[in-house]
Amino acid sequence: MFDALSERFERLGTSLRSRGRLSDADLDEALGEVRAALLEADVELGVVRAFLDAVRERLSGETLSQSLSPGQQVIKAVHEQLIEVLGGSALKVTYASKPPTVILLAGLQGAGKTTTAAKLAAWFKQQGRQPYLIAADLQRPAAVEQLRVLGSQIGVDVFSEPSRPIDVAKSGLKEATRLGRDVVIIDTAGRLAIDEALMDEVRSISKVTSPHYTFLVIDAVTGQDAVVTARAFHETLALSGIIVTKLDYDARGGAVLSARGVVGRPVVFASTGEKMEDFELFHPDRMASRILGMGDVLSLIEQAEQRMDSDIVAEGAGRMMSGTFTLDDFLAQLNQVRKMGSLGGIMKMMPGVTKEMRSAANNVDEGELNKVEAIIQSMTKRERREPVIIDGSRRTRIARGSGTTVSAVNQLLKQFNEMRKMMRQMSGGAMPAMPGGMGRMANMAAKAQAQRGESLPPGFEALGAGMKAGAPARGGGGKNKKKKGGRVTPPKQR
Amino acid sequence: MILVIIVVAVVLVVGIGWVVVRRRRGRVAIASPRAAMPTVLVTELAERPSLDGPSLAQRLGSSRSVFDRVRSLSSVGALSDEQLDIVEEVLLRSDVGVATTTMILDNLREYGAPDGVANAVRASLLDSLTAERSVTTTAQSGRVPVWLFVGVNGVGKTTTIGKLAKRQIDAGRSVMLAAGDTFRAAAADQLEQWATRTGADIVRASEGADPGSVVHDALGRAAARGVDMVLADTAGRRSNSTNLLDELSKVRRVADREPGQVVETFMVLDATTGQNALSQAREFLAAADVTGIVLTKLDGTARGGIVVAIERDLGIPVKFVGVGEGVEDLIAFEPGAFVDSLLDA
Repeated sequence: MFDALSERFERLGTSLRSRGRLSDADLDEALGEVRAALLEADVELGVVRAFLDAVRERLSGETLSQSLSPGQQVIKAVHEQLIEVLGGSALKVTYASKPPTVILLAGLQGAGKTTTAAKLAAWFKQQGRQPYLIAADLQRPAAVEQLRVLGSQIGVDVFSEPSRPIDVAKSGLKEATRLGRDVVIIDTAGRLAIDEALMDEVRSISKVTSPHYTFLVIDAVTGQDAVVTARAFHETLALSGIIVTKLDYDARGGAVLSARGVVGRPVVFASTGEKMEDFELFHPDRMASRILGMGDVLSLIEQAEQRMDSDIVAEGAGRMMSGTFTLDDFLAQLNQVRKMGSLGGIMKMMPGVTKEMRSAANNVDEGELNKVEAIIQSMTKRERREPVIIDGSRRTRIARGSGTTVSAVNQLLKQFNEMRKMMRQMSGGAMPAMPGGMGRMANMAAKAQAQRGESLPPGFEALGAGMKAGAPARGGGGKNKKKKGGRVTPPKQR
Repeated sequence: MILVIIVVAVVLVVGIGWVVVRRRRGRVAIASPRAAMPTVLVTELAERPSLDGPSLAQRLGSSRSVFDRVRSLSSVGALSDEQLDIVEEVLLRSDVGVATTTMILDNLREYGAPDGVANAVRASLLDSLTAERSVTTTAQSGRVPVWLFVGVNGVGKTTTIGKLAKRQIDAGRSVMLAAGDTFRAAAADQLEQWATRTGADIVRASEGADPGSVVHDALGRAAARGVDMVLADTAGRRSNSTNLLDELSKVRRVADREPGQVVETFMVLDATTGQNALSQAREFLAAADVTGIVLTKLDGTARGGIVVAIERDLGIPVKFVGVGEGVEDLIAFEPGAFVDSLLDA
């Protein structure tokens, strides 16, 4: 997400860093570049102007720090302004003292309300709540059916009846209270902001259900219209926040910046994929870092905390350190990786991952992971412990057993060996110098931790080095280490 | 390459897991979801100042009638910076994009606006919208013409098919729908309701079925029954996933095999889409050989200006526009009217 925007910012950063002093002309040029970057990312024109004015003010107003180069000043100002525009801090949900807590979703057709309703329910369920879904979209054919299917996938009941949306909402709410559910999510029909009849309808739904939260669901690929829509819905419904969908699409995301900029309501959730778990709280500060190409290690760690089986991972990590990592361990860890969601999503949060790697990760689907799994499962126990014994005829057998080719088996073994070799070097205590973005991650994490007033967890060096271990293998050996550097260079002192 | 990514991910996750475990050992509290659970929102919302409300609102307010000001500019020679700014604002706000806007501003700077600024801008935009817009409804003899519909999620593919089926049936052709969206929950149900409403035949399969096989079945049945044309739905897909695009290419190949022949591939595009539409069009063109665009949801406040860039850069013409929810609200595209609506923003 925001790829195009971060790419331009990265380029801007590189060109600015090389200057010793920044003249007015340089500044104009830099801000012109920022303007084009924002416009190309579909940020609304008015918001762009306000953004640039604010950045200019930051640069002129505050006494320029001696420790920062002029280029870093600009990036710092842009970064801070991005955080402010995106909404400061993440959402904190308060639950109604008298349950249920009612949440109303509204938006244009095709923004993804129905899917979002289900994802939101799944999110609340994960928080230990008992959500209930009300399908009040009686407009689109089969919308109720769609929510029913999704509801059964996540194990959340769905209420609907063939009457009027307002009645559905009313009786659904009654039913939820009767069942003792503590969170109710109402899905409404998509509507255009200028369709007065439908806007009246959603207003009256809002009146009878008096929701605690009203969220506008908006599509990340939306263009300049995002502002008009957001304002109209805000005027009708007094929004409490915005949910952005389809953030996994390439580039853009300006709708996020624009809608937030105009209605002054924060983006609270972001949907980043088709899977039910590709849905998360929106963290403006982290998103700002992501836009500027600084990665987002904190989100990654949080996801890991929620989804992974810590015992299995700890065991794997231990073996990795001691150099006794087997293919069995690899398989177990692979399953943990799957729990984290899509690989593309993981890679996006990593600082210093090149665009090529990101797009490649985007294209790894379940099938590829299944293939790797099949190959390992086609090995005998001894083979998994001691991959060295796998000779030509064993390879052929494994390839046949897993329905792959001998070269696929070869590749896997080769990668596995590379990985083990790196592991051994690391556990020997020699932490290799890490040029480029991967190595910097450890720094980033240190900084992030420091900001939270915590000390760096000791494992982090290993994490940084671990990435390093995988990276060079891309070129078939450790030859192109340098190549990974240079793309992402976050300002050194902030 | 893919394998490398997988290995990297495994190493990465193990590393992260290690950090997590270490953290847990240190402080147990953070691991509990309740403890991590957020507390207050409403008050925070109330406290948060809006970005810089009044000045922004004023700006937006003034922009609504901004093209009236463009119209009133009747400069003959060179335009002033202020005039150019107004033109730029109108164009950017209608989503035509930075590239198209720059091109038009360059034109204005170079040639001025002898017939008034509004006319000059209009002419520049129309210059980009000159592609052939005819729609093919017939195939080689003995083959069934197929219209294939592609696009990202939520742009209105299924609805568009319903409306176009109605048009074709009204024109006296028999139509069969192929429910090729086997991914989204209840997508086939939605299409089936359209089939009932319009009197078209439909071929569907269970959720998760291979979309290619659905299309194949539909073609077989259409040929056997002598149906005049097949409209094939596909699942919405993001345009930056090679796998999903490969799947789409496959569906197209299947649809183009005897007894079928793909005569039109429509990319359905939502008018609210911004600059991302251009890369969508580029990817779908490469994967499915798109022959035309259906621009939907033009009845809202969105202008869909990005199609100007799509038609100019990629040569894909807009063929239909959706201007309302009714079945009759899908009409043929008309460049003149479209440009006027762009400039009325």
